[in-house]
Amino acid sequence: MTWTSLNAWVAAPEIFLFCATCAILLLDLFVSDAKRGFTHWLSLAVLVVTGALLVRGYHAAPQYAFSHMFVADPLATLAKVGMVVGVALVLIYGRSYAADRGIFKGELYSLALFSLLGMMVMASAINLLTLYVGLELLSLSLYALVALRRDSVESTEAAMKYFVLGALASGMLLYGMSMLYGATASLNVLEISQRLMVEQSGNPLLATFGLVFVVTGIAFKLGAVPFHMWVPDVYQGAPTPITQLIGSAPKLAAFAFTIRLLAQAMEGFTPEWRSMLVVLAVLSLAIGNLTAIAQTNIKRMFAYSTISHMGFLLLGILVGNVVGYSAAFFYAVTYMLTAAAGFGVVMLLARQGFEADRLDDYKGLARTHPWFAGMLLLVMFSMAGVPVFVGFFAKLAVLKAVVDLGMVWLAVFAVAMSLIGAFYYLRVVKLMYFDEPEGAAAPLSGCMFTRVVLSLNCLALLGIGLFPNDLLLLLTNAVEFSLPI
Amino acid sequence: MTGQLLSYAIWVPIVAGLIVLATGGDKHAGIQRWLALIGALLGFLVTLPLYAGFDVESAGMQFEELRPWIETFNINYHLGVDGLSVWFVILNAFTTLMVVLAGWQVIERRVGQYMAAFLIMSGLINGAFAALDAILFYVFFEAMLIPMYLVIGIWGGPRRVYASIKFFLYTFLGSLLTLVAFVYLYYQAGHSFDIQAFHRLPLGMTAQALVLVAFFFAFAVKVPMWPVHTWLPDAHVEAPTGGSMVLAAITLKLGAYGFLRFALPIAPDASREYAWVFVLLSLIAVVYIGFVALVQTDMKKLVAYSSISHMGFVTLGFFMFARGTDLNSFAVEGAIVQMISHGFVSAAMFFSIGVMYDRVHSRKIADYGGVANKMPIFASFFMLFAMANAGLPGTSGFVGEFFVVLGAVQVNFWYAVLAATTLIFGAAYTLWMYKRVIFGDVANQHVAELSDVNKREFLVLAILAVAVLGMGLYPKPFTDLMHFSVNDLIWHVSQTKLPQ
Repeated sequence: MTWTSLNAWVAAPEIFLFCATCAILLLDLFVSDAKRGFTHWLSLAVLVVTGALLVRGYHAAPQYAFSHMFVADPLATLAKVGMVVGVALVLIYGRSYAADRGIFKGELYSLALFSLLGMMVMASAINLLTLYVGLELLSLSLYALVALRRDSVESTEAAMKYFVLGALASGMLLYGMSMLYGATASLNVLEISQRLMVEQSGNPLLATFGLVFVVTGIAFKLGAVPFHMWVPDVYQGAPTPITQLIGSAPKLAAFAFTIRLLAQAMEGFTPEWRSMLVVLAVLSLAIGNLTAIAQTNIKRMFAYSTISHMGFLLLGILVGNVVGYSAAFFYAVTYMLTAAAGFGVVMLLARQGFEADRLDDYKGLARTHPWFAGMLLLVMFSMAGVPVFVGFFAKLAVLKAVVDLGMVWLAVFAVAMSLIGAFYYLRVVKLMYFDEPEGAAAPLSGCMFTRVVLSLNCLALLGIGLFPNDLLLLLTNAVEFSLPI
Repeated sequence: MTGQLLSYAIWVPIVAGLIVLATGGDKHAGIQRWLALIGALLGFLVTLPLYAGFDVESAGMQFEELRPWIETFNINYHLGVDGLSVWFVILNAFTTLMVVLAGWQVIERRVGQYMAAFLIMSGLINGAFAALDAILFYVFFEAMLIPMYLVIGIWGGPRRVYASIKFFLYTFLGSLLTLVAFVYLYYQAGHSFDIQAFHRLPLGMTAQALVLVAFFFAFAVKVPMWPVHTWLPDAHVEAPTGGSMVLAAITLKLGAYGFLRFALPIAPDASREYAWVFVLLSLIAVVYIGFVALVQTDMKKLVAYSSISHMGFVTLGFFMFARGTDLNSFAVEGAIVQMISHGFVSAAMFFSIGVMYDRVHSRKIADYGGVANKMPIFASFFMLFAMANAGLPGTSGFVGEFFVVLGAVQVNFWYAVLAATTLIFGAAYTLWMYKRVIFGDVANQHVAELSDVNKREFLVLAILAVAVLGMGLYPKPFTDLMHFSVNDLIWHVSQTKLPQ
């Protein structure tokens, strides 16, 4: 077996990222705390190069590597570009936050980059083993990142919860995968699909059992109800940059992962998993939105709001056709941008000894910092799904797919839940704009570069909302090219 | 130039609003006021050619613009006006101009943001009236909530937070269901969001009924019809003067317009079948809300309830099309005239109350009395608007009500009798309020210190007075523009859309 027959160039971005991360890990040993900025910029440079490699390697036709263990199709490539952007935003927004709290260290960067590598492998995996390896690389990096503030009780507790529940879910998933293997005698996603659907040679009962466990694992990773218990605690306990990391890019990985497992491997079982996802989606929308109302901590509020957004994402996926998958893909990409912007503002307001995570910390923000209050306003209205922000078009795309399937009641339910969601997003706007500030204006953290990037990120929510066509078309095409019908 | 008039009507105020916003904080309040005035004036001027160039002989869409927007979903930037909508674009631009003048000195903090909110809102409302694509309409219709929410919440009265959130959630609920209806129609119409395609689309009775229910939620909340009207008194009372003016004069009309543009033509059979429900709700609004208005102690609340009652007249007129012996265009035309008239009169009423509020800082009727002694010029203007609100012949308020009653008589005598009670109740609550506030001896120290209107206030009052009187004495220009479109609509609605 030679280099060429492995077709390893298909995985060039991952290989580069891996080597560069190892290099950063080593180089950082020689960097003093005062010069940590070097690691920061080097990591960003690595992300830029990875992104460039991804864009350069974009092909409409799926390309396989490592004997069908790994695939680079448009869906994976675009998802990976999204992840690179997401992680880059985490590093940019989180820098001063991390510096203020003594976690501005090499570990933060190497672990974040390793988690990105895990996500990228997840998106490109076409074999259950590769999928699992990617997932574990992501999860283990995240567990460690959550616990990065070793002296913080909340962080440690969050990390412990995340680890225990995450390990359990991974176990479930692995168990489900083993059943799929038992049913079809294959670990390759495409072969599983082939055996179950075309040849009808697999054992359908065993495969259905496996499906239940696989869906459980997926629901846990997405944070869908009733497997959502870890989400609020981890969101609140983790340092904010890590919360942003958990809340943004991995959602794209989880989306790609779901597509591989459900839309590709279990394509023949669409009615079965659809009914499971309906339950998950309905519960996530209801419980996510209702519980978010009661929150007084903005990170916890975002956690429940994420749960409800994952409900919408699942609505798109459960449609089970290209229209639905592209709607869900669009939802995942735009949600990633929106969540990143939201956490970015939280971190901008945080400073040494002050987390800016209570909702009351946002009182009168429009007075003290009008520009960033305006930016958070965009984020809130986008999350609430008010036009003309991008969140509206994401919801429209999903609703359109759901109505096309004939499940109008589900669409009505989803919009009713968005109405409840609008309430708590509006409350943040109310605090910022209608209330008087408590005390004097606090200075913003973060350098000019951070602020500019954050502003561009927020304005992108409006910009993509005004002109959503190109992104929609790109993602729809990607899904069409990647899922042969 | 003429090809893009509607785009100008939408984007000139929005761009002006953004420019005002960009000038920064209250240090530049003076410049911001002037910039806002220029923006509003330009916004008004670009709508005038719509009137001048309008072909009154045509029932079709005019000044159409069609550009692809989101090809993936087949959503187009499709604009156009017909006789039903053209007046509202002009009325809206006019009201914005009045609002900018009304808030000139009264608003002291965050002036730029206030002006910008109204300018942006004006553009968005124009967009909603001119949109011929369902999603484009929806985008404008919803986006408009954001500036209004902020206006009520930032510059409003003591209970502004409650009122603003109630306003937003009520309207948001209604419109979300409409969105589902639009998506449903999109598939029925063969992957198109074109409103005119929706009009032509044959639909079964069940589908029509469900679509009608969805539209009812969106537009009845906006109108507002009884029993989903409860957000309006709160919003009106807490909103600053400008906010109340725009709410009453324009956004309520958007709800009524929604019935004309969507509910009736898309679901005509269901509309005929269930017209009695709408008629019933409208009559309750006219009579019951009239009583409610009578007992109000707060002037703004009184005018808010009177708005609901007047809008009940409008929806009554719309749903009179159904039972006539022949095509009943009187009632619908009267209802549209009533909408325009109410736009002038309610704006004038709220502005008048605002004039008093700015001096005394109270909206309670009991805090006033004998204002005429100190503000004679103001009292005369207020008298005119009160008369118009009561529907006195010679004012704009009379024309629409008369037409609607005339139309109602042809359908059912008792409808007409109940509807006509508004002329009595309207006179009762308006004039009684007027009497208690304006006439009599000077009631207290605050009233004794009142000074009459200044030049700016005089200007606003005079312009509104001209509009109210002009429309009352010579309504022909208004009805001419809408005549063909109304007849076309009524003809369209009389045809069945049930699949044969």
